[in-house]
Amino acid sequence: MADFEIPKLTEFQLIPHTKDGVMAHSQPYVAKPEFQESLGFPGELVDNWEEKAVEKLGDLVKGSRALQVFLDACVKCGACTDKCHYYLGTSDPLNMPVARQDLLRKVYRRYFTFAGKYFPKLVGAVDMSKDVLDQWYSYYHQCSQCRRCSVFCPYGIDTAEISMAAREIMDEVGQGQKYCNEIIGKVFKIGNNLGLPEPALVDTLEGLEEDVLEDDGVAVKFPVDVEGADVLVVTPSADFFAEPHIDGLIGYAKVFHAAGINWTLSSYASEAANFGMFIGSHANMQKVSLRIREAAQQLGVKRIVFGECGHAWRVAYSFLNTLAGPFDFLDPNYPVPQHIIEVTHDLIQRGAITLDKSANDEHRVTYHDSCNVARASRMGNIPGGQFVLPREVIKASVNHYYDMAPETVRESTFCCGGGGGLLTDDLMELRVKGAQPRMNALQHVVDEYDVNYLAAICAICKSQFAKVMPYYDFPMDMIGSVHGLVSNAIQLGVKE
Amino acid sequence: MSALGTTYSILFSIATIVLVVGLVRRIMLYARTPAPLKIPTTPAPITRGGVAVRMLKEVTIFESLFKSNKWIWLFGWIFHFALLLAFFRHLRYAMSPDNPLFTLISLELVQTAGKYGGYAMLIGLIGLFGRRIFVDRVRYISAPSDYLMLLLLLGIAGSGLLMTFVSHTDIVALKAFVLGLMRLDWQPLPADPILLVHLSLVLILMVVFPISKLLHAPGVFFSPTRNQADDPREHRHGGEWADRMKAAGGQ
Ligand code: HEM
Ligand code: SF4
Ligand code: SF4
Repeated sequence: MADFEIPKLTEFQLIPHTKDGVMAHSQPYVAKPEFQESLGFPGELVDNWEEKAVEKLGDLVKGSRALQVFLDACVKCGACTDKCHYYLGTSDPLNMPVARQDLLRKVYRRYFTFAGKYFPKLVGAVDMSKDVLDQWYSYYHQCSQCRRCSVFCPYGIDTAEISMAAREIMDEVGQGQKYCNEIIGKVFKIGNNLGLPEPALVDTLEGLEEDVLEDDGVAVKFPVDVEGADVLVVTPSADFFAEPHIDGLIGYAKVFHAAGINWTLSSYASEAANFGMFIGSHANMQKVSLRIREAAQQLGVKRIVFGECGHAWRVAYSFLNTLAGPFDFLDPNYPVPQHIIEVTHDLIQRGAITLDKSANDEHRVTYHDSCNVARASRMGNIPGGQFVLPREVIKASVNHYYDMAPETVRESTFCCGGGGGLLTDDLMELRVKGAQPRMNALQHVVDEYDVNYLAAICAICKSQFAKVMPYYDFPMDMIGSVHGLVSNAIQLGVKE
Repeated sequence: MSALGTTYSILFSIATIVLVVGLVRRIMLYARTPAPLKIPTTPAPITRGGVAVRMLKEVTIFESLFKSNKWIWLFGWIFHFALLLAFFRHLRYAMSPDNPLFTLISLELVQTAGKYGGYAMLIGLIGLFGRRIFVDRVRYISAPSDYLMLLLLLGIAGSGLLMTFVSHTDIVALKAFVLGLMRLDWQPLPADPILLVHLSLVLILMVVFPISKLLHAPGVFFSPTRNQADDPREHRHGGEWADRMKAAGGQ
């Protein structure tokens, strides 16, 4: 099944001994010149790239307190060394967060610190070189920017920030990553990651209306580009046709239908995902974000609601207001933006929708906290609401719910292994190995509680799990949307 | 006035300037460098007051480190707490008796705690050093400077303990030297080898502080993942630069 060794599942999460260089070969495809250029980056490695890279690094550090402090402050205490799922799954020491940071830090030190300029050997500083670039390309594409390391670092050093910076430098000198950059290109050209044009989108949604009518006997609408709707829903494009994402979209539609909320999708902003974050490019992240603002203004909606997507929720919750705000043209009674979980949760609380848990009795459910939701955003109005609300929505929809082990959920959650712009077939080995800690935790609840449904609220998690679970002998249809469960349980009133 | 006293007076004056100027510049750099986006590691407090409490817990009980790794926490915390105790104990050498805080610093409790804190410091440092040598992951990430930093501190603690418990130095003369330094009225320094080793190592520490990982001490307060409140929907953060970038057409 695979030309690499699939990690074993173990009773306890083992911390492996370091095995030098075992993942050095793992590199994603390099972006073609046309895709580089469409994002404003050089097509291929520029001549004086060493110089350019150092210069860009200097600029980035000047523009980011996070980078400046993180590069200076690490004391090499080692507390983060066993926190990354990629280290746990691969044993490659350069996948230890601090070692990953050091790949950039050693260059920073060489060119920008006294100690590194005059005593490079002493502090492990090195010149920018082809070897360094190679290491960057390998190992900054072995970080899913999940922020687990940041939770456990005494100074909150977030390797995700370092990875983003390194990727931006690589883009800037002409060595971008194919997967991310092609996808961003598609968003600018067509409106979504999948390159699904408007007519196809309309078609797909009509098909969904028919399916729901057939299955439930209720005319649930999937409106697109409806001017004057109250709510604009922005969701990852995977929701439009990939399983199990689509069940989530059907769930949102049913919730709006049952609550009598007038909503619409936009064919212009038909994508919640924002890969600009993965490549660390504020400019690209802003361009993608502004599409959502424009769509909201054009359609004259009062609220913006995001569908189930992890990093999209981070960008939406944490950055949208900065990048594309202020949103003073929207209804001030609702937070901007809102998460679909917040909407559904609120409706459940108010008794505005009714759920029949027994509809999900075949499912014994556990919940995977997605990194970006867990460690980079919030839901509701209390810290940690991002852990509480999804679980309450699930528990209102099912009778059998079981959490995974505490050290693997909430802010300690393990990444699915495919986040941060790594969800591409050229990184399959990394994705399978990086999923090991999550699969381990899942195995325990399967053994103990016969769990057969892994609920998630992130498009990347869903795709990644559907792909890697079979490597660990779990059925791929075990992964499902949270709103897929809501969809099964929601009561849509009298059948017509 | 002895040559020794003059030499050390000059060295300490220089080291103090390096330390203070270096630190102030670094802190200003941290304060002035923009934090374009909201990036607190969540769950995070949603108010400034909450952030202050989070920060206080980070710097007093090393909360994140505690969640992370009990051994590093134990050794690290012992070391830093002992450092604090030693710092208080040393204040007495730099304070004239008419300073209002002198009585406080001279309390038996402060002095004894500082005295035995030295042992605790050794234990903490040896523990941290041991991890660096014996845990393969930590060994992998250690540069020569990381070992040297621990050796430097071990040297300071060790020489200090020797003077406290084995071979006392002329503390009255030392105090006169320190006060002289502060009043720019240089005084002789006892020519005691252990004392000279102790002071020389401290000089090195002072000079290295602003150019090394010891910057974690001011750095922790500026770490955006820890010092930002989680309120991006309520308050538009960094709007100005974002609006400028927008006006510039996304470049
Ligand atoms: C605001 C004040 C400070 C805070 C919150 C703080 C916090 C920490 C923490 C959490 C660690 C990691 C755990 C460990 O290895 O001990 C650490 C390491 C360290 N700290 Fe501090 N520290 C502070 C001030 C200082 C000062 C003033 C010094 C030195 C004179 C110092 C020297 C060190 C050293 C050498 C290490 C690395 C230990 C190793 O090599 O393992 N710290 N600090
Ligand atoms: S936990 Fe933080 S300070 Fe410690 S080694 Fe990792 S990044 Fe550096
Ligand atoms: S952000 Fe996540 S993937 Fe990246 S180094 Fe930290 S723990 Fe590993």
